Amino acid sequence: MRITQGTFSYLPDLTDEEITKQIQYALDNGWPCSVEFTDDPHPRNNLWEMWGLPMFDLSDAAGVLAEVNECRKAKPEHYIRLNAYNANYGKQTVALSFIVQRPSEEPGFRLERQESHDRSIRYTLYPYATEKPHGERYNGQR
Amino acid sequence: MARPGRDAAGPQAPEEADEKQTLPPDARIDLAKERAEIGIDDVFNALDADLVGLAPVKNRIREIAALLLVDRARARFGLSTSRPNLHMCFTGSPGTGKTTVAMRMADLLYRLGYLRRGHLVSATRDDLVGQYVGHTAPKTKDVLKRAMGGVLFIDEAYYLYREDNERDYGQETIEILLQAMENQREDLVVILAGYKDRMDSFFVSNPGMSSRIAHHIDFPDYTLEELEDIGKLMVKAEGYSFTPEAQKTFREYLERRKAQARFANARSVRNAIERARLRHASRLMQTDRPVSKDELTTLVPEDLLGSRVFADQGAETSKAPSA
Repeated sequence: MRITQGTFSYLPDLTDEEITKQIQYALDNGWPCSVEFTDDPHPRNNLWEMWGLPMFDLSDAAGVLAEVNECRKAKPEHYIRLNAYNANYGKQTVALSFIVQRPSEEPGFRLERQESHDRSIRYTLYPYATEKPHGERYNGQR
Repeated sequence: MARPGRDAAGPQAPEEADEKQTLPPDARIDLAKERAEIGIDDVFNALDADLVGLAPVKNRIREIAALLLVDRARARFGLSTSRPNLHMCFTGSPGTGKTTVAMRMADLLYRLGYLRRGHLVSATRDDLVGQYVGHTAPKTKDVLKRAMGGVLFIDEAYYLYREDNERDYGQETIEILLQAMENQREDLVVILAGYKDRMDSFFVSNPGMSSRIAHHIDFPDYTLEELEDIGKLMVKAEGYSFTPEAQKTFREYLERRKAQARFANARSVRNAIERARLRHASRLMQTDRPVSKDELTTLVPEDLLGSRVFADQGAETSKAPSA
């Protein structure tokens, strides 16, 4: 099942050229970019691991794309996303965030229903990938 | 997955196709028109107007521009051209305009389409070399990332390498730089600058660096006439002017100053003019009458004669000058 989170997630995966254009758009707006990765793509897992520090004072997309490629090389079977942070007063939030790499196989989620008091039901999303410990998810690639 | 917008003719689709179309073999390209279109003549004119002298430097810049222009024309015929190696090394005495030219170079390369952004990132040893193990690589890479799409200007590059200390982290910086200069040629142009003799010994101990730099440009010292012209330009830029007598005194000043130790070409000229302005201001403050616009903008000989260069006429070579 294809994970859809962040901007552009209902589009086909962006090519490097398209990613470069998006990064350049962010940089032209003065938003510093950062790269994050995870092997637990649960929708409530907001805190992905950082790939290095956010990159400040950049003016060209090539530097950010180089970091993305470094991360892809080190984590070939992880989800990788790119965040652009808008630090302007009154915003101070992530302005753009999109997935730039996903594992070759995405097992998806199981929906668990828990019988609760009266006849109400509690729902839980359970990622199949997390059945295995860190480092063994997604084809055992770290 | 299907990519909507790819197959359909989007708004930018025809433009892209236009650019990629190669010209027929019998077509002609007007190089002069190409030149005018991208506006490199503006850069050259500004170079000629603002920078006095430096004939060998200007020649080399023209050569590089011509090569890049011809490469562009070749590309339009579909002839493959490898991207030329544009890394440079500027050597010369202090104050000969290395930084200024580097800035112009960034603009020129941007106009020729060889840089995407055309900005200049200045770095010295402090910005590149770390303080402890594992600090250098991220620091250097950070600067490289910032410079991408533009020019990385490393002033006094020889400080990166310290012969007396084998474990100096500068060596690591040099290795990362070399790698970037080789692999990211289309993203980055590196310009090293420094004094001639020390740069030479830097290249002797780092032969890889020397061979990766295609353009070694030496900045000659200015002649007396050129220094005078520079002074005139600077005075004009500040909104002042010399009286004819002051002009003569200025020439004499330059003659004397040039013979003294630690003469830094255009930088010394700038300092001399700054101090002349100070003396000019205090001279005006001491007059009790109201001053005219003329007086406010005119530098007279005594503004220059107050300098130490004129003061110790007898033993001028023995003392270290301050002016």
